[in-house]
Amino acid sequence: MKTNLLSATAGLAIIASSAFAEEVRVYNWSDYIDEELLTKFEAETGIDLIYDVFDSNEVLETKLLAGGSGYDVVVPSGTFLQRQIQAGAFQKLDMSKLPNAGNMWDEIQARTDQYDPGGEHSVNYMWGTTGIGYNIGKVEEVLGADAPLDSWSLVFDPANMEKLADCGVHFLDAPSEMIPAALLYIGEDPDSHDPEVIAKAEAVYAAVRPYIRKFHSSEYINALANGEICVAVGWSGDVFQAQYSAAEAENGNEIDYSIPVEGAQMWFDQMAIPVDAPNPDAAHKFMNFIMDAQNSAAATNYVWYASGNKAAQEFIDPEILEYPAVYPDAATLANLFTTRPYDARVQRVVTRMWTKIKSGT
Amino acid sequence: MRRFALIAIPYFWLLALFLVPFAIVFKISLSDIALSIPPYLPQLDLAKGWEGFTKFLGALDFENFEFLMMDDLYYKAYLSSLKIAAVSTFFTLLIGYPIAYAMTRASEEWRPTLLMLVILPFWTSFLIRVYAWIGILGQEGFLNQTLMFLGLTSEPLIILNTPIAVYIGIVYTYLPFMILPIYSALEKLDDSLLEAAEDLGCSRIKAFWLVTFPLSRGGIIAGCFLVFIPTLGEFVIPSLLGGSNTLMIGKVLWDEFFSNRDWPLASAVAVILLLILIIPIILFQRNEQKQRESEG
Repeated sequence: MKTNLLSATAGLAIIASSAFAEEVRVYNWSDYIDEELLTKFEAETGIDLIYDVFDSNEVLETKLLAGGSGYDVVVPSGTFLQRQIQAGAFQKLDMSKLPNAGNMWDEIQARTDQYDPGGEHSVNYMWGTTGIGYNIGKVEEVLGADAPLDSWSLVFDPANMEKLADCGVHFLDAPSEMIPAALLYIGEDPDSHDPEVIAKAEAVYAAVRPYIRKFHSSEYINALANGEICVAVGWSGDVFQAQYSAAEAENGNEIDYSIPVEGAQMWFDQMAIPVDAPNPDAAHKFMNFIMDAQNSAAATNYVWYASGNKAAQEFIDPEILEYPAVYPDAATLANLFTTRPYDARVQRVVTRMWTKIKSGT
Repeated sequence: MRRFALIAIPYFWLLALFLVPFAIVFKISLSDIALSIPPYLPQLDLAKGWEGFTKFLGALDFENFEFLMMDDLYYKAYLSSLKIAAVSTFFTLLIGYPIAYAMTRASEEWRPTLLMLVILPFWTSFLIRVYAWIGILGQEGFLNQTLMFLGLTSEPLIILNTPIAVYIGIVYTYLPFMILPIYSALEKLDDSLLEAAEDLGCSRIKAFWLVTFPLSRGGIIAGCFLVFIPTLGEFVIPSLLGGSNTLMIGKVLWDEFFSNRDWPLASAVAVILLLILIIPIILFQRNEQKQRESEG
């Protein structure tokens, strides 16, 4: 069983022998690295690595804004990163300590520049899309062979959702991604910050709300894998994890992921160093270690998220590199959109609406 | 002087662990949200001396509390939490009382073992026990598999992610807090009272309602408050076992604090929650005091 909250609380701590050795504390998303890389880092550098995980940007942000989080490397998503930079939460990177910077992918860098101009505070770890994960067999059983698997209408059209309700549908509990998706579906600008436009998403959700079993940002991995649900709006690599677990378990659940033809949100998880990091030197070493082509490839081969590392592509399984749901082709890429962070006033409108959508009040 | 020293310890405790944190939360509830570390303004700047302090005071206001009144979300969340807490307390009592009663009826040598069994779950982390319920209540879970094996149902029941799962989780978690005070009240009961009642013509059932039950009232009240008060602010159980439509104030507070980064408003929600809790807490205190007096 996947136990995010639990592991986030207890903390997955990998502590080497010496108590006095240099240490680095990393706070990353759950199930987001090949754990062999962690031992490799310790063996190569002699630095004690303490690796904790979270499953929502909000939890990370609260720790950063409270100050004194004690972490040396954290991995927020682009929009959150941008706001946190404004709040003064990160220190500028010392590029002289990151010789592997040349490995990074300029196309991804160009897109992350909107959050962190010039990459002064952050380096991309992974990027991906927010799309639809589904159980092929179960969905076709309910909707027939011509089910719109590659369209947002699968989850936003009440006619489809009514039929899918019994086999179970989960949505991410992440308003900053779910509201843009709904806006896109009705032909509005997904990155709109106009409260009147944003309000239109509410009607989209009101129509399908009765058929949504849960809003949660990590439970769907297991739920998809063991057949508890048949559709989840989720993050690309997480759905692939479900696909992998189901195949391992040989339970007959065949899971796949699609980037809807209408378009989907593209997001970037960025490694950054908090302004009050106790060990900034070791933090740079860890980032540089991850920016190594082979290490970055190892992480991608394990988690099935696309790496922001161009040099790593040489070492990434061709199966992943040629899989358009992970590395989208040019046409799909053109269809992906990014969003900007909401300001406090709009954020309140969004969160309030999201609470209303979730609870039906 | 010695007497004073003795009283000073609990009062210091109260001051350091309740009043000071509360004052900090209350202060934040009067502030405004800001994009900074920490994410609210004004900050108290002691370097500027008295002038800084008055400026700080001037920037505080009750805006957040006004906002709480205006949006019906908060009012509904408080009400829904009160309902869930009340229903859970009722069921905990319904299940806990017979258990406590059976324990006191058991023979002397068995009692310590039974008491141990009630306390035993505390040896495992609360989180793990709640997670275990996910495994039990899920569609492919233990409960559904058993029911389907026995032929009681052909389709798996959907229990997980519904309010029923939340009630099951709360009743399970808080059951020992109900059993222990009732047990301690029942254990003190003098058996000769029951013999007297039967001598005077009471049936056993009537003796229970006329003698045992009224004499265990102190334990019942204590147990109910011990369950009701923490349940009202419960966050972990509804977020793990409940669906997205279980509205509880603990979750609203989480949203304000984490999703909106609005620490001032989250603090205001917490202050109001405390005000709501003060009534049952005072009643609880009175009950405890009354019992002590009747014993003394």
